[in-house]
Amino acid sequence: MDDYPILEMKNIQKAFPGVLANDNISLEIRRGEVHALLGENGAGKTTLMNILFGIYHPDHGEILINGKKTFIHSPQDAINEKIGMVQQHFALVPSFTVAENVILGLKNFGFIIKTKQVEQQIKELGERYSLPVRPKARVWTLSVGERQRIEILKLLYTGANILILDEPTAVLTPQETRQLFSAIRKLVKEGSSVIFISHKLDEVLEISDRISVLRNGKNTGTLNREEVDRRTLVQRMVGRDVLMDQEKPKVEPGPVKIEVKDLTVKNDKGLTAVNNLSLEIHGGEILGIAGVAGNGQKELAEAIYGLRPIETGKIQMAGEDLHHRSIKKRIQSGLSFIPQDRKSIATCPNLSVMFNIFMKNTIPGLKKSSAWNIQIKQMHEKTRELIRNFSISTPSSKTRVRYLSGGNLQKVVLARELSSNPSVIIAEHPTRGLDIGAMEFVYQALLEEKKKGSAILLLAGELYEIFRLSDRVAVIYEGEVMGYTPPDPSYTEKIGFMMAGTREDSIHEN
Amino acid sequence: MNDALSFIVATLHATVRAGTPLLFAVLGTIFTERSGIMNLGLEGIMLIGAIGGFVVSYNTSNLLLAILVAMIAGAILGLVHAFFTVTLKINQIVSGLAITMLGSGISGLWGKDYIGVVAERFETISIPLLSDIPVIGRILFQHDLLVYISLLAVPLMWFFIYKTRGGMTLRAVGEAPEAADARGINVFFIRYLYTIIGGSITAIGGAYLSLAYNSMWIENMTAGRGWIAIALVLFATWDPYKALLGAYLFGGITALGLRMQAVGTHIPPDFLKMLPYLLTIVVLFFTSTDTLKRKVGAPATLGVPYSREDRT
Amino acid sequence: MKIKIEKRLNTPRYLSLVVPVVSIFAALLIMFVILTIFFMGRIGSFQGAFSETVSAYKELITWPFFNQYGLYSTISKMVPLAFVALGLSFAYKMKIWNIGGEGQLYMGALAATWAALFVFRGITSPILLITLVAIFSAIAGALWALIPALMKAYAKTDEIVVTLMLNYVAIFWVDYLVYGPWRDPKGFGFPGTAAFPEPAMLPTFFDGNVHIGIFIAIAFAILLQYIDVKTQWGFNSRIVGDNKKAATYSGIKVKKYTIISLVVSGAIAGLGGGVQMMGMQHRLMHGFSPGYGYTAIIIAWLAKLNPIAVIFVSFLFGGLLVGNDQLQMFYKLPISLISIFQGLVLFCLLGGEAIAAYRLKIEKAEEVPANE
Repeated sequence: MDDYPILEMKNIQKAFPGVLANDNISLEIRRGEVHALLGENGAGKTTLMNILFGIYHPDHGEILINGKKTFIHSPQDAINEKIGMVQQHFALVPSFTVAENVILGLKNFGFIIKTKQVEQQIKELGERYSLPVRPKARVWTLSVGERQRIEILKLLYTGANILILDEPTAVLTPQETRQLFSAIRKLVKEGSSVIFISHKLDEVLEISDRISVLRNGKNTGTLNREEVDRRTLVQRMVGRDVLMDQEKPKVEPGPVKIEVKDLTVKNDKGLTAVNNLSLEIHGGEILGIAGVAGNGQKELAEAIYGLRPIETGKIQMAGEDLHHRSIKKRIQSGLSFIPQDRKSIATCPNLSVMFNIFMKNTIPGLKKSSAWNIQIKQMHEKTRELIRNFSISTPSSKTRVRYLSGGNLQKVVLARELSSNPSVIIAEHPTRGLDIGAMEFVYQALLEEKKKGSAILLLAGELYEIFRLSDRVAVIYEGEVMGYTPPDPSYTEKIGFMMAGTREDSIHEN
Repeated sequence: MNDALSFIVATLHATVRAGTPLLFAVLGTIFTERSGIMNLGLEGIMLIGAIGGFVVSYNTSNLLLAILVAMIAGAILGLVHAFFTVTLKINQIVSGLAITMLGSGISGLWGKDYIGVVAERFETISIPLLSDIPVIGRILFQHDLLVYISLLAVPLMWFFIYKTRGGMTLRAVGEAPEAADARGINVFFIRYLYTIIGGSITAIGGAYLSLAYNSMWIENMTAGRGWIAIALVLFATWDPYKALLGAYLFGGITALGLRMQAVGTHIPPDFLKMLPYLLTIVVLFFTSTDTLKRKVGAPATLGVPYSREDRT
Repeated sequence: MKIKIEKRLNTPRYLSLVVPVVSIFAALLIMFVILTIFFMGRIGSFQGAFSETVSAYKELITWPFFNQYGLYSTISKMVPLAFVALGLSFAYKMKIWNIGGEGQLYMGALAATWAALFVFRGITSPILLITLVAIFSAIAGALWALIPALMKAYAKTDEIVVTLMLNYVAIFWVDYLVYGPWRDPKGFGFPGTAAFPEPAMLPTFFDGNVHIGIFIAIAFAILLQYIDVKTQWGFNSRIVGDNKKAATYSGIKVKKYTIISLVVSGAIAGLGGGVQMMGMQHRLMHGFSPGYGYTAIIIAWLAKLNPIAVIFVSFLFGGLLVGNDQLQMFYKLPISLISIFQGLVLFCLLGGEAIAAYRLKIEKAEEVPANE
């Protein structure tokens, strides 16, 4: 019986309106292996795994577990088949304790909750796999890394032996990633199988036994770790050779365009998120901020833009203090912001492309428009022009932007933000969730602005992106700049240490 | 002195009576909202409960059957709300308004031929020994059966919500439905269930008005109590004990207004009648800081339909 | 062949007209069933109940829409409905749920009465007096809406319950005045004030059967429509309505928009109260509104918040109110019939919209992989 692979997915097909997310995908997982699912955003990895976990139902295809055909209609069925999944957005109840989260939904507990025994078991489980947690802590007080450990322990507690980890390292420091990998190795040695979803090549090469590369909803094939290298994987992911290391345009730095001095900002929970931070950016310069998500990047961007009040410190644009300046005034003086959250901050999903382009009322080149007589026709014309210039793929300027793909939505944001001739641009994760083509477009657009003399603050999670665009790299940890490095991959190790909270000057001593 | 004391005792006794319909409505709605469904249809549900209970009591003189029918009527409106908000995912505010209109309309039509008649009512049951305690006995232990049930329901509900597996499931569904879903909990079923249960408990509050507080049917006899209850749910931050406090606070204001009219003051009665509504506004003002909501594990997805496909 | 249910990417234009119309008919149909059941309780036989319902429906439709005097009443009834619904639509565009139209209408009426009977007593120029009374009523409605507006903008208080509570307060306030200090001493104990002076009455036409309030409402509808499509305010309010975070990000002051939209909404509803006093009632009375403020919610919704459409839908509902009055008189039906109908329309409309978001797609048979 043991000859059967532990899991087989055959000819899985799943369409969403307008997209074929999974196109006849077959996949085989063996006992005791780490199987990587590699692919760009939108390649269909997450959809495939949501099907396996019973969240989506496939249009066609079947799933075999231990050689037996199985129907998975809901997560409950998946759990019964010992399949567990850690999703990108953690599935935890913030007000519950760790132990309560672990037993949520489990049937083999009495009507009245007793957590003492569970807490002990979780603790032991955590120690065994070097995934330390505090069972009595309330989840909302925990860091992202801890939350992820709880998610994994949840699966282990229910005895899952097929573990799906969806982009688990996106929120971790390099050091935490290593900790996670050692836990994965231990699990696999004990006979579990791990499906590791990622788009980071190095990690995939480090941890996997076999690798399946998805592209445009198709499986391009499963390969053994030994058979592949970076280059073959990239080719399979993208379908062509990618110009990996392009030259950055050389621009003579101009005067300081924006200066942040001793800035302190609080986050939504009222804790200090940006701590006495200072930086300055010249015209024609891109400053990249590297750091683990949640170390004050978002708060820094929002404070500069005026969305978040500042506690102490100063923000100056072209020598003028921005304090007490409304967002509208900041926009008018040439400050532009590309937020990470395209859907909930940067656009109005139910309004047309035209509305979203003219949302800030900053696009130049309209005639005879006043507050009491706006020229809708002209605005549509201008929008159509920008649709062409930014090659936005949309049926018309009247289409609601919720129907645009992530890449096209970001192009709408770029069209608005960049065509108002900004002098300072804050770009927060400008390529998150985009495919390589759209990513390249964003890179070119930002580099173009740099050539025109804008000062750009780039907040990104991916070091690749930071190296690709920046002139200088600042590493942020708990709202403080740990140090600066040149934008070169050879500094990765050093950046990793700084991301985990070691100061630049103390790295050499250790 | 004796007069003052008897005034106070009588007012407090009336407070409990006036607070009870609110308490039922608030407790029911705590269930509904804990699951993540906002129901603004309380006014309609209470009215349906009031007329449903009254008609059965009038025709059969069977009070338990009357309460049962009131609960079923409330459950049906809860089911309608659940169907529209959970399955069709329509705007919960508007669906709640429609429930209010439907409930008050149907109760008006149903009750058209029952205006001016009197039905069997819940009589006062004095609890032996306890009701003999001076002051307290009169205030708390000389009431009808429904008052005692509501008082018992408070600790039971608290225990259920915070200490049992069912309560944990309920809280998880309201606060983080995707987490519940990932653990194999059927979010849709739980939301249906508690919207229906919430509707039936709320309807008891309405039935209390026509079967205990009064023993007759008056069109729109809830007079905005359903809306006050909605405000009280926020005041109570979805906690049954605070619901008791809030309901009796409002009961107290109502009772005080009525008692003052009865003894005769120079304050015009219309202004006294405004008091509960004004107090609601004040209460809402002081409970509306969103930090307050965040800390206690509020149903964070209140008013937001759950859909697996929309999660990415 | 296979029939598949699929989510629509774009809702076709025609559906935004078809869905409301169909939902009104569906509501009338369900209502028919409810009424038949009700009459069966009274009459006892299905046949009798059915024919009773049919004749009630005939009355409901012919009198308000096809009879000259019925039509006059319909037009008069639609005026307060249109005003309140125009006001509510203005706020709903920004997803601000003002359900206090009833209270704002009452406060407008109260202020109009105060102005006409006390403050500007003695002014004889109709134009001047009518303008002053109208201004007073609009300000009163605005102030009544300012309370929830400030609470929402500065304390994030939910406006739904506050606006609703203020309805009760306004009604009790009016009750206090008409039963107390403002009661007409010559009114034989009737809870109402003395009549407005002649110059504070709106001009009429059709032999005095219809007052010019209808034209004021239409003028406001046109103005609001212009604001909606041609001004920066209209443009920005859509942004605020769709995504408040995006509005803040765009430099729009959401607080300012919240306050102004609620206040203007209240002012229009209040003006409706003033017009109702000057054109129709000519005196403030206990319970002068049979729930205009609530009916207006449905009107705004059915009209999809479009000011021009509000006028047409108000006409329809004005007629239904008139028809409902007839049923009350001749069939001993309660006034709450209109509430049932409103609830049903709302549900049919919402359900219809939810269903219209999907479409049936007929697929030709494909070669299904033979894996069974």
